[in-house]
Amino acid sequence: MIALWIAIGVVVVLALSATVVVRRRRPPAPPPTRTVVPSAAAPRDRPAEPEAPPAAQPRTAAPALRERLGRTRGLFAPLRALGGRADTAAAFEAAEEALLRADVGVETTTELLRELRASGVGGDGVLDALADQLVGVFAENADRRLRFDDEPGVVNVWLFVGVNGVGKTTSIGKVALARRLEGRSILLAAGDTFRAAAADQLGLWAERAGTEIVRGAEGGDPSSVVFDAVQRAKARGNDLVLADTAGRLHTKVNLVEELAKIRRVADRAPGRVTEVLLVLDATTGQNAVVQARQFTEAVGVTGVVLTKLDGTAKGGVVIPIERQLGLPVKLVGVGEGPDDMIPFDPESFVDALVGL
Amino acid sequence: MFDALSERLEHVAGRLRSRGRISPADLDEALAEIRTALLEADVELGVTRHFVEAVRERCSGEVLSKSLSPGQQVIKAVHEQLIEALGGEALRLTYASRPPTVVLLAGLQGSGKTTAAAKLAQWWKQQGRNPMLVGADLQRPAAVEQLRVLGASAQVTVFSQPGDPVKTAVAGVDEARRIGRDVCIIDTAGRLSIDEALMDEVRRISKRTEPHYTFLVIDAMTGQDAVATAKAFHDALALDGVILSKLDSDARGGAALSVKEVVGRPIVFASTGEKLGDLDLFHPDRMADRILGMGDMLTLIEQAEQKMDQDVVARSAERLMSGRFTLDDFLEQLHQVQKMGSLGGILRMMPGMSKEIRQAADSIDDGQVSRVEAIVRSMTPKERAEPSVVDGSRRVRIARGSGTSTQDVNQLLKQFKEMQKMMRGTGPAAALAGAGGGRLGRMAAARGLGGASAEDSLAEMLSSRPGAAPRPEAPRPAPGSKGRVGRTKKKGGRVTPPKGR
Repeated sequence: MIALWIAIGVVVVLALSATVVVRRRRPPAPPPTRTVVPSAAAPRDRPAEPEAPPAAQPRTAAPALRERLGRTRGLFAPLRALGGRADTAAAFEAAEEALLRADVGVETTTELLRELRASGVGGDGVLDALADQLVGVFAENADRRLRFDDEPGVVNVWLFVGVNGVGKTTSIGKVALARRLEGRSILLAAGDTFRAAAADQLGLWAERAGTEIVRGAEGGDPSSVVFDAVQRAKARGNDLVLADTAGRLHTKVNLVEELAKIRRVADRAPGRVTEVLLVLDATTGQNAVVQARQFTEAVGVTGVVLTKLDGTAKGGVVIPIERQLGLPVKLVGVGEGPDDMIPFDPESFVDALVGL
Repeated sequence: MFDALSERLEHVAGRLRSRGRISPADLDEALAEIRTALLEADVELGVTRHFVEAVRERCSGEVLSKSLSPGQQVIKAVHEQLIEALGGEALRLTYASRPPTVVLLAGLQGSGKTTAAAKLAQWWKQQGRNPMLVGADLQRPAAVEQLRVLGASAQVTVFSQPGDPVKTAVAGVDEARRIGRDVCIIDTAGRLSIDEALMDEVRRISKRTEPHYTFLVIDAMTGQDAVATAKAFHDALALDGVILSKLDSDARGGAALSVKEVVGRPIVFASTGEKLGDLDLFHPDRMADRILGMGDMLTLIEQAEQKMDQDVVARSAERLMSGRFTLDDFLEQLHQVQKMGSLGGILRMMPGMSKEIRQAADSIDDGQVSRVEAIVRSMTPKERAEPSVVDGSRRVRIARGSGTSTQDVNQLLKQFKEMQKMMRGTGPAAALAGAGGGRLGRMAAARGLGGASAEDSLAEMLSSRPGAAPRPEAPRPAPGSKGRVGRTKKKGGRVTPPKGR
């Protein structure tokens, strides 16, 4: 029976592969964090530093993260209800339950609570101490700015990657609008050449955001679309290319390799990949950590866009991601409209999570 | 990474003393491990609690089995409990007495509804029905366009009209009736369960189109939120079943258990890929294995059958058995396995692999595989056929040519020789036991796998697992074909209706 032979074949192959000693793993080089030094000849009309978060919000003043998350409270209600008469054991139990329900995961929850216990806090102090602790986790990855290289002649490329259905295309639309309103000259690259009508979808967002878009043939090579976009951006004077890619499971080798190639191509002069943004769905469970790890290994993720946070899911899985992988959440999606994307603010996120 | 629950429990079980009965204290330890495993698999907290309590009741006071350790006994109980929880009564699809049979799909944004709709259309077409698709997602840019392209691919008519989704859905069903279609599948926009306006809209769609089946499409990687979402949709729409999507990921899929517990309706389909044909019936036993982190061997084998070139595999396997397995064969096998996806991912899906191999799996990056390939490719055909001729200077040349070190080359050749010896001498069972170790090896040994009876034993082992249908002999592909002929039949039997409703 074929099944047996296949099983043997796989085992043989695996047994052999597993024993070839290769301790030297070569993760892709992380995107260079350039400290931009303006050349003497270039006009000094822009500050020479990575882009700061937008000073002004998009025109309809997207409400603060905390307000947007206001609907989904209640997780820590049991803890708060314990109020002044909180028994420490009960408080910790409630804290554990709340963290687990928020998708923080068993390992991280256990660690956090162990640290919290060691700090000696008790009773009604537990909740506040927990909030402080969580904010502390985020403080480790303090730089959440979106990187932009001001060097003249450079076409910045922000690559959006992630598994299927997380909201990459929608996120690009929102980011495009926000950046355009700041005065950047944006070009979209429809790098999803696999999904039916994906380029159409991005095209509609280009219209909404008021930007141009470069598309290729459906089923064509995504790298060449991104390449064309970079070339065109150079020619037309766009300073930022936002590249969409097809959703892909991190478990599919050939697709992940394709993504690595897209990144390499995008990084060829005049292009420079300054952000590789992993788009994560807030409803995802522990698999998000695996996704983050695998994508980072393959293409060097620089930041996370956490989407669909306007739903009932808490998105707590970003806590282990930040803690274990040091990956900063940079943006948060809170709806399907063009304005529904805001910079990630750890305090607001924790407040919303903890229900303060 | 997910340690096999079995390993974890072995560790705990090692400390359980045999006292004739499983004591509550012993159980507590084991159940704590199980609770952790379920939570790591994204089973919702409340569901986990109930489940663990149910297992506790099931196991309490049970007499210790003679052939299983207490830990193994608990796993067995958990496994069975899980299969029961996930399975139960299958959905018997029946059709409306007055066509069309309306099927409504609902779910969160990005869950995979549009893809599922097209897959269902194709599936029904293959069952001999005449389906039609209705694009009622007027919210997502180009959603209808996507459905049209997929519909064209499946050769199924797609209807849509701009305006109000409720009106569109109704018009779609009317159209299906008008042109004599017997199944009408309605794709709707993704919506948050707490969006009152949109939940109201889908309620109205349901009310006006009177679907015979309403399916919730939910992503297999969903976390704790699965319960809240499923509950809300069930309350609004009275679901008939659930479609679990993106099962080709390595997510453990605990959401399946959560949703099943909360909705109480069967999980009807498993969506296992992006292509239209990637729709399977849901197998509770495989899902149970997966949730417990025990790997999904059957799916692995199926995927292997689908994606590997049957001819190549059969040829290599034959040579393997007769001891004529060369490095060329090895290379071909490597390619076949790569076609299936990440090597590390495959390893993770295999049950009972020894801890060393599992750890190796975690550190395998597919770069290693390329290195092995590079080494083999740098060899001359003669060297590949007769690795014994590879002396020192040849090793240096090979190492240089492949960009590796002579140690790497040495290691590969040494391991290959070992493997050849093992295969030649003792047959597949020993190789399986040796390389796989752990449960798989013991299972194989326990069934007396070895030599010529290997195929029969394995077939017996696979088919004796609950829920697994006996596997028909795969049709032999014509020489030169890619071996994918005849893959359109669904596995595990058809879901066929009795006449009428």
